[in-house]
Amino acid sequence: MTVLERTAREAVGSACEEVRDPTAADEVDGVAPLLVARPASTEQVAEVMRAAAAHGLTVVPRGAGTKLSWGLPPLSADLLLDLGGLDRVLDHAAGDLVVATQAGARMATVQQALAGSRQRLAVDETVPGATVGGTLATNASGPRRMLTGTARDLLIGVTVVRADGVVAKAGGRVVKNVAGYDLGKLVIGSLGTLAVVTEALFRLHPVAEAQRWVSVAAADAPADVHRLVQAVVHAQAVPSAVEVDRPAGGGGRLGVLLEGRRDGVEQRAATVAGLLGAGATIDEEPPAGWTSYPWQEADVAVKLTFVLSGLEDVLAAAREAGADLRGSAGTGVVYAALPGDQPTDRLAAAVRTLRSACARHRGHAVVLDAPAEVKRAVDVWGPVPGVGLMRRVKDQFDPEHRLSPGRFVGGI
Amino acid sequence: MSGVALAAVAERARELMPRDRVITDHARLRTYECDGLAHYRVTPALVVMPDDAAQLAGVVRACAENGVPFVARGAGTGLSGGALPHADGVLIVTSRMRTVRELRPEDQRAVVEPGVINLDVTRAATPHGYYYAPDPSSQQICSIGGNVAENSGGAHCLKYGFTTNHVLGAELVTPQGELVEIGGAAPDTPGYDLLGAVVGSEGTLGVVTSATVRLVRVPEEVRTLLAGFESTDQAGAATSGIIAAGVLPAAIEMMDALAIEAAEAAVHCDYPHGAGAVLVIELDGAAAEVGAEYDEVERLCRENGAFELRLATDPVDRALIWKGRKSAFAAVGRISPDYIVQDGVIPRTALPEVLKAIADLSESSGVRVANVFHAGDGNLHPLVLFDDSVEGAGQAAEEVSGAILDLCIGHGGSITGEHGVGIDKAKYMPRMYDEDDLDTMQLVRCAFDPDNLSNPGKVFPTPRLCGEVPGRHKGAHPLQEAGVAEVF
Ligand SMILES: Cc1cc2nc3c(=O)[nH]c(=O)nc-3n(C[C@H](O)[C@H](O)[C@H](O)COP(=O)(O)OP(=O)(O)OC[C@H]3O[C@@H](n4cnc5c(N)ncnc54)[C@H](O)[C@@H]3O)c2cc1C
Repeated sequence: MTVLERTAREAVGSACEEVRDPTAADEVDGVAPLLVARPASTEQVAEVMRAAAAHGLTVVPRGAGTKLSWGLPPLSADLLLDLGGLDRVLDHAAGDLVVATQAGARMATVQQALAGSRQRLAVDETVPGATVGGTLATNASGPRRMLTGTARDLLIGVTVVRADGVVAKAGGRVVKNVAGYDLGKLVIGSLGTLAVVTEALFRLHPVAEAQRWVSVAAADAPADVHRLVQAVVHAQAVPSAVEVDRPAGGGGRLGVLLEGRRDGVEQRAATVAGLLGAGATIDEEPPAGWTSYPWQEADVAVKLTFVLSGLEDVLAAAREAGADLRGSAGTGVVYAALPGDQPTDRLAAAVRTLRSACARHRGHAVVLDAPAEVKRAVDVWGPVPGVGLMRRVKDQFDPEHRLSPGRFVGGI
Repeated sequence: MSGVALAAVAERARELMPRDRVITDHARLRTYECDGLAHYRVTPALVVMPDDAAQLAGVVRACAENGVPFVARGAGTGLSGGALPHADGVLIVTSRMRTVRELRPEDQRAVVEPGVINLDVTRAATPHGYYYAPDPSSQQICSIGGNVAENSGGAHCLKYGFTTNHVLGAELVTPQGELVEIGGAAPDTPGYDLLGAVVGSEGTLGVVTSATVRLVRVPEEVRTLLAGFESTDQAGAATSGIIAAGVLPAAIEMMDALAIEAAEAAVHCDYPHGAGAVLVIELDGAAAEVGAEYDEVERLCRENGAFELRLATDPVDRALIWKGRKSAFAAVGRISPDYIVQDGVIPRTALPEVLKAIADLSESSGVRVANVFHAGDGNLHPLVLFDDSVEGAGQAAEEVSGAILDLCIGHGGSITGEHGVGIDKAKYMPRMYDEDDLDTMQLVRCAFDPDNLSNPGKVFPTPRLCGEVPGRHKGAHPLQEAGVAEVF
């Protein structure tokens, strides 16, 4: 350990009680930190960040670590900031349909705290164990985004700690509020590169009295799947989700979720079953894998976005690329899994195939996660509009580029 | 500001667009001296009316080169002085940019220019079974560009959200005059959500020259219920009961006795006689669902003391019910020569307490307050009545209006739910946010507009000096160096 490292360590140690040496499990996408700090409050996070600033340490925030390898590996991760100590649900104002929570709280813990009032935070958990902060940083969403949107639509207030240790909040605890800039939007999907989120406030939704899943075997021809999705989306049954699940090898299902009052849901489910045609079933339980991503550990994970008229083309491209596909066909956000054990040039070609299909329909294909050698060989982000402005935002918030440097778009 | 700089901008503008779109004549400039908040007035030094994004960007670039401030203006209906001109600056009016560029019901999207009137998006989409959900009461006259800048809401945002939930992409002229795309037509554009920051930034981060908006499927059924109660307490309790029952109506609006009196005088809306409060509750969605919800809502209204219930199921009856509510602001003019439209937000559960406090304020000051609000989400529009010809009345009304905002802040609420901060409420920002909060927000400002030229003096009480950005990079990313990570 160098003298510099020792003094930095002492400084962080006096900012926060829980500081320890890293283990192999603390690596950030293959990058080993020097130090792990686990603060217990926003104030402690601020002190740690000030100590890190004073000693020029790079910092990578971590929730539960379920998506820590998304994006590119950081250029450097001197300090791993473990937010697991900020795990409290602070306040549930049931009458106002609002919850305040610390960022390290697990999504499941938050849902449990709300369940007694028959309310929920309407963001599906896509990877078990995910925290609030990680969900925001990755803008993770599941099937229900079709009706209630993503965390972006539900976050009403946020407390962040800046790279220089300054604590700031934006928004508040009311659903409607246009006072000042909406900083919450900027941290969503920022992969820990802009500021450390320590607290979040969300608007909630009531848990519906009844739920029905209407599903049908997915036709083999992309055009047939496309037609059914269009039929459901343009009907007036108000589905909470329209999901497609298409393994590369064929088969798969189309699933539609309806939620509401019991009588209403049953009638709507019958309507949708009629649209999906013979063979459609109505169930009270979700089909297997309903909220989870299609990929396994060593796969290349790609997020595909497109406008709805592009679904057929995207489905065809996924077939051509040999990808398992699953996701929100009704909103234009699906996930593709490519087996990671192929030669990298083939993978790069597969990503290009997916990307050009998405681009034809005004969307993007982003490699969320992949084995290290694949990330080196393929263009992970693809073209992103407005990247010059994004760099300027980063330069303002984190002028020394110490927060998760290099993980994000355009080298941010 | 030197006249030379301004003359240079005017000169460039005349090169960019026909000369009659560049206004320098004082009498004509005066017509733009205020927006919907008419007691702030400033005559701009120059008004330009570009036809397209290229002309508009050219003007902004000229402003940037010459250090001249500029203010965008849509329809000028804003209620916080956001479009108040700068005396030494350029007012950029978007009223000639009114083309719906694309209408794509199959994608549930439309791409529109900033001067397009809100309701015209819905009009264009309706033949295809779609509409544009955010519906400010001013929707027949306000522009999409203004809506984007203010993150406008409407009666139906309780269920459908605000402008920010319905705009997915925009073309933006940055304060340096670059034309950039932010967001896009597909969901979840990668990178920072710059659009999320621009929406609601009140024209301080640049000028929007087109917006890609979401179109929503027209609901199968709509039921509108008008319920008369003896008191606002009863109406408030009914609202709480509906929310607690897990029903999410498209809208729940409340008016108190004074607001009802004004509406009756102005539009003869024939609301329940003798009501101390009315609720307008709208349910929409799949017919089967709306039917089930309606029974529950009706029951909850009765249980909480509703003495008269009227249901509208067709557009004509529905319009009649909404007429009283939608004309409420203007209607107050019938019972008072002058009034202030306030816009504060409280957690909905604090409604009875806050209404009581407003009544106390009114009584102790002798200033009458009519209450109209979006009860479902706690957005209050107290109308503070006064007669400006009476000495000191305006001042007294101002004080009551300010005290109402303090009440909102004290209950953990907001100083504005939809009308924006503008010039009017900048001074209240420090009551809601501390110095670090405001400083952090202004980092965004510095990223977009380091020279503070885009609508300066709005939103923030004191501008942050942006200073030099160190921009010290820790070396290029290895993948960048290898030439794979950056293809921009
Ligand atoms: C009777 C009445 C009822 C109203 N009801 C509601 C309501 O229910 N809900 C609600 O939210 N508001 C309401 N408003 C307020 C107002 O209509 C909205 O704020 C509206 O969005 C303003 O649009 P505008 O085109 O008039 O914008 P303007 O008043 O012209 O401008 C408003 C702000 O937007 C900026 N701006 C305008 N165009 C652009 C652009 N292209 N790019 C960047 N910035 C731009 C301006 O600089 C200014 O800061 C009401 C107003 C009136 C008069």
